[in-house]
Amino acid sequence: MSDPDPREVILEARDLTREFDGVKALDRLSLRLHRGEILGLLGANGAGKTTAMNCMLGLTLPTSGQLSAFGKPLHKHRIEILQRANFSSAYVSLPGNLKVWQNLVVFAKIYGVRDAKRKIAGLLDLLEIAHLADRVTGQLSAGESTRVNLCKAFLNDPELLMLDEPTASLDPDIADKVRKVVRRVQAERGIGILYTSHNMRDIEEVCDRVIFLHKGRIVAEGTPDQIVQKFAENSLEDVFIKIARSGDIEE
Amino acid sequence: MNLRVIWALVLRYIFLYTRNPIRLVEMVFWPLVDLLVWGNLTLFLQRNTSQEFGGFILFLLGAMILWDILFRAQQGVAISFLEDVWTRNLLNVFVAPVRTTEYLAATFMVGVLRICVTGVVLGLVSWLAYQFNLFTLEWWLVPFFLNLMLFGWSLGMISTALILRWGQAAESLAWAVPFFIQPVVAVFYPVADMPAWSQPLAWSFPATYVFEGMRDVMQTGTMATGLLVKAVLLNLVYLVAAGALFFQILRLTRKRGLLTKFATQ
Ligand SMILES: Nc1ncnc2c1ncn2[C@@H]1O[C@H](COP(=O)(O)OP(=O)(O)O)[C@@H](O)[C@H]1O
Ligand SMILES: [Mg+2]
Repeated sequence: MSDPDPREVILEARDLTREFDGVKALDRLSLRLHRGEILGLLGANGAGKTTAMNCMLGLTLPTSGQLSAFGKPLHKHRIEILQRANFSSAYVSLPGNLKVWQNLVVFAKIYGVRDAKRKIAGLLDLLEIAHLADRVTGQLSAGESTRVNLCKAFLNDPELLMLDEPTASLDPDIADKVRKVVRRVQAERGIGILYTSHNMRDIEEVCDRVIFLHKGRIVAEGTPDQIVQKFAENSLEDVFIKIARSGDIEE
Repeated sequence: MNLRVIWALVLRYIFLYTRNPIRLVEMVFWPLVDLLVWGNLTLFLQRNTSQEFGGFILFLLGAMILWDILFRAQQGVAISFLEDVWTRNLLNVFVAPVRTTEYLAATFMVGVLRICVTGVVLGLVSWLAYQFNLFTLEWWLVPFFLNLMLFGWSLGMISTALILRWGQAAESLAWAVPFFIQPVVAVFYPVADMPAWSQPLAWSFPATYVFEGMRDVMQTGTMATGLLVKAVLLNLVYLVAAGALFFQILRLTRKRGLLTKFATQ
């Protein structure tokens, strides 16, 4: 596979397949994420976005195919890779019975963050939630806890960040803030981000490149504009609807 | 094994237990209730039996306290894991650079902390309320505690593995598993007085040697050290087997893709 992008590949999947009870949730998915790139995984509910991410985090073992990060196979170097990566999802939360700062201190220690106090304060400021530090995590609103989760995800200055529908269940204002912060942190630190969403706005605003998944297979790949052109539609949303309703589309 | 990671995970429980006094109550309340029931029963039996047996009957309290040591060690492991499930935090831990051995080690430490809390409370109350001094067991206490703790860890790993295998519906196993074996580990009665068929079964659990030993020490001031050596060896077998079971089921859970389902349910 020739790669026109000269940047270092920090995450690579080759022919990643995952079956559940004989049904393919992922069907020979191949992708590359480069340093400093935000790659969107777009697809309807059940397209396989979360499954792909779970495989890449080592939470779920693939049925077949290879996964590597920073040039090393995931199954052999999982801990080392996870030390340089992080993850946040709308569906995973930090312990609700601890205070925000307690949760962040615990994860800072797990990741071995130096000068954790300053780091945490800086991130809370960045996400505009410094006033929440002393609050009980379980009592936060969806928007607040999403941002606390993002704080946790930025703690170890990850080189590779996986975000699973980070804006799900957020109101447009907070979703916009989250997108801007992700963009900003990415630009400042040059991290590579894998970003799943079924929200067009997310994809158009945040992602440099998009992979369109349908029933576990890639049906389109490119910049949002390229994809719109390829399907001769007016917007990414129209493409999404077309793909979702058309059954199986072959490349 | 990275001590920093283990300490971070333990710190989480320290935060949890110091923030929620109700958690401390749980660790103190049930053992105290048990102690009062067994203590009062002991008083009643003491007053209504012969002099000799009346003195010996105090072993009921010793048995109850030692049983609780075993139970707390098991709980440390099983409840720590469930705590991550309940708070939907399991994935955060599993995507962090935490080795399974480090995760388990942290739950072992939580077990030790739980033992300290209940051990001190029960030791004090039984002494003040029932004139039972745990230290009549003298230095024997050390191998007793250690053996029960090790066995508690094994039972904890087994409980956790079963919960991983059968999902959250099976979470009551976290409390039930120790009681599955309670009837056969001779906590409150000697192995010799158990039905003959169950006696070999009793000797296959390391805890049995501790409870037998405790009664020996209380009656005669000493016990056969050979029994303790057997207990340690059995404990090592259980630890290895329980650890292997846990790793195997965790691997199976990853393979079936159930870890994430489990953690986000
Ligand atoms: N643990 C599992 N067991 C069985 N089926 C699963 C499991 N996880 C995901 N699936 C199935 O795999 C498909 C892809 O799911 P998912 O990756 O969650 O999609 P998405 O994140 O794109 O909405 C769905 O059909 C889903 O039902
Ligand atoms: Mg999903």
